[in-house]
Amino acid sequence: MNILTVSDARKRYGSVQALDGASFELRTGELLALLGPNGAGKTTLIRAIAGRVRLDGGEIRVFDRPVTAGHTPRELGIVPQELALYPLLSARENLDGFGRLQGLSGAALAKQVDWALERTGLHDRAGEPVKQFSGGMRRRLNIACGILHRPRIVLLDEPTVGVDPQSRDRIYTTLAELAAEGVSMLLTTHHLEEAEARCSRTVIIDHGRVIAAGTLSELVDRTVGRHRTVTLRVQAPLTADVVSKLLLEADEADPRHLRSRMTDVAADLPRLLEGIRAAGATVDDVEVRGPSLQAVFIHLTGRELRE
Amino acid sequence: MLTLLRIGWKNLKRDRVAQMLTFVVPIVFFTIFANVFGGAGGGDRTPRVAVAIADEDGSEFSTRIVAALGKEGALRLRAAPAGAPALDRSGAERLVRTGDVPVAVVIPKGLGAAFEERGFSSSGPSIVLLADPSDPIAPQMVQGLLQKVTMTAAPDLVMRGGMKQFERYAGTMTPEQRRAVDEWIPRLKADAGTTGPSSAGGGAMGMAVEVVDVMRTDDRRGSLISFYAAGIGVMFLLFSAVGGAGGAILDEVESGTLERVLSTNIGMTGLLLGKWLFLALTGVAQLLVMFLWGRFMFGLPLFSHLPGFFVMTSVAAGAAAALGLVLATLARSRAQLSGFSTLLILTMSALGGSMFPRFLMSETMQKMGLVTFNAWALDGYLKVFWRNAPIRDLWPQVAVLVALGATFLAIARLLARRWELA
Repeated sequence: MNILTVSDARKRYGSVQALDGASFELRTGELLALLGPNGAGKTTLIRAIAGRVRLDGGEIRVFDRPVTAGHTPRELGIVPQELALYPLLSARENLDGFGRLQGLSGAALAKQVDWALERTGLHDRAGEPVKQFSGGMRRRLNIACGILHRPRIVLLDEPTVGVDPQSRDRIYTTLAELAAEGVSMLLTTHHLEEAEARCSRTVIIDHGRVIAAGTLSELVDRTVGRHRTVTLRVQAPLTADVVSKLLLEADEADPRHLRSRMTDVAADLPRLLEGIRAAGATVDDVEVRGPSLQAVFIHLTGRELRE
Repeated sequence: MLTLLRIGWKNLKRDRVAQMLTFVVPIVFFTIFANVFGGAGGGDRTPRVAVAIADEDGSEFSTRIVAALGKEGALRLRAAPAGAPALDRSGAERLVRTGDVPVAVVIPKGLGAAFEERGFSSSGPSIVLLADPSDPIAPQMVQGLLQKVTMTAAPDLVMRGGMKQFERYAGTMTPEQRRAVDEWIPRLKADAGTTGPSSAGGGAMGMAVEVVDVMRTDDRRGSLISFYAAGIGVMFLLFSAVGGAGGAILDEVESGTLERVLSTNIGMTGLLLGKWLFLALTGVAQLLVMFLWGRFMFGLPLFSHLPGFFVMTSVAAGAAAALGLVLATLARSRAQLSGFSTLLILTMSALGGSMFPRFLMSETMQKMGLVTFNAWALDGYLKVFWRNAPIRDLWPQVAVLVALGATFLAIARLLARRWELA
């Protein structure tokens, strides 16, 4: 079931077309990665879903009800890119304040605050002022404030930017637990390997349009194909003839590094190693890499800088 | 070293707020102070003292004194409203007590006759000066001018009185002497009002003037302290309101908490009202602490004026908080807010009487001061602590400050629309 549907969303700021007909949907219990270069329209899209941007055209529906500008649907939880916290208040006081603004009170509020602190691993530090927290702890509290009222959809704008691997792992564990409970999440990130490893589906947006959407294998099939990249390091550079004959590509900076693309690694790799040995060279190292989201992303959006 | 100099210069060149604080603010202040104290540019630069006149005597002598005072450029006579009976002593006293004029001149009945009889003798009725000592300059100035005009406005009457005194103690003049005096006196009358060396009536004699403090404040020093406490307090009320509003709005915009708050049920109107209430209550607490400090350290009579203090403090803090919100919603950044508000608050405080009393300023400056928040707030505090005015008398100040507060809130709400929806 699609609990969030974005159809042909359009928004222009002056001469900039931030959204140019973006369309996608979010399904129950999935963790959907929204990827795109800087300025692609990700944050505008997240804000539009939250009812914080008036669209010029198109429609966004949450649980089949249209989102109207100026009204954030109750089912949504928002985790902004900024650390939207009061630094002089403690973690518990921040949660208490935002919980009250969400309409919680009394025992229900206290229960939800405890739940959010537990979920984000902050229970032991709940009484400390936020300004004493590390970057990772602040990020986790930022998420706790967004999920406090038990929303059924959570929008996360770069939830792991600037945090250490431990906190990042904790954040994704929290998100996975929420997904297991049926919460649907849409997150933007520039950490493609995270999106690849942690998210069930990916939507790639560029110039305000969705240019690809699907699971990683679907995106790979539609873009870069299923070949593997094999990287070898030999003790001494091979001659140009051998490189050409074995369909290798030598690194310009260091000709001892060689690359080859294979669709059937089990059959092609032994043949390549034998060819190198026959040419009198010794292989020091071999690395086989499958198609990555990074490759898909670059394939779709190009290598040009977007600043 | 040169590199650091170059970097500093480039930073200054591109930072408009720093340029304004460095170059514009001092010029603005210099201009205000020059206008207040220097009287630069002539024209209506010297403050004219408003004086109420109660001529209960109605004699030729008193009429001439009033006419001569009217010709004094430094004074502005306050007559009774058109159609109303002429001012008497109680009417004049009311004008001083309500702060309409800092000083009133009462010419008691019989002064002219007594003067004709006894000249400058101290035994008869004397001119009464009803003064509000919150303005220490006006009564002294009027007293000096009174001495001058009694000498110069009626030299013939002075002479006639003098001759009568002479005859009383030295014997009747001969017919020749009397004729000579009678011929001389009309010439003196023709000279009336001039202050040249030919004027008669100088000498060491003077008109007896009794100065009466109509405020009758029990604790003069404490009331004076309250005047300065209000001046400084209102200025810092503005600084805290703007600083607090900056924190309340701009910091929340930058940190993202505003976005988070707006995505809840509260909405922008609720958010602004919440922020305003917090800033206003903080302002009340700030002034309360300051006045309590004044009470225990300097004997400021706070406890005997508590209701008036709370009325003025509530409306002043409410209006200051609303002004803070306007400035915070107008500014694009914290630096812009800080630069602009410093200029505005210091200018308003200087014009509005927080730094030096408004009665020292020229009339034009005093009128300009009325556009400032400070002037209205300080006038209210002055009524409470100096004039012991009942709360109902505070209505003009309360009405203006409430209206200002409501207007500022409405403007802030309009300006805050930019954060509501992109």
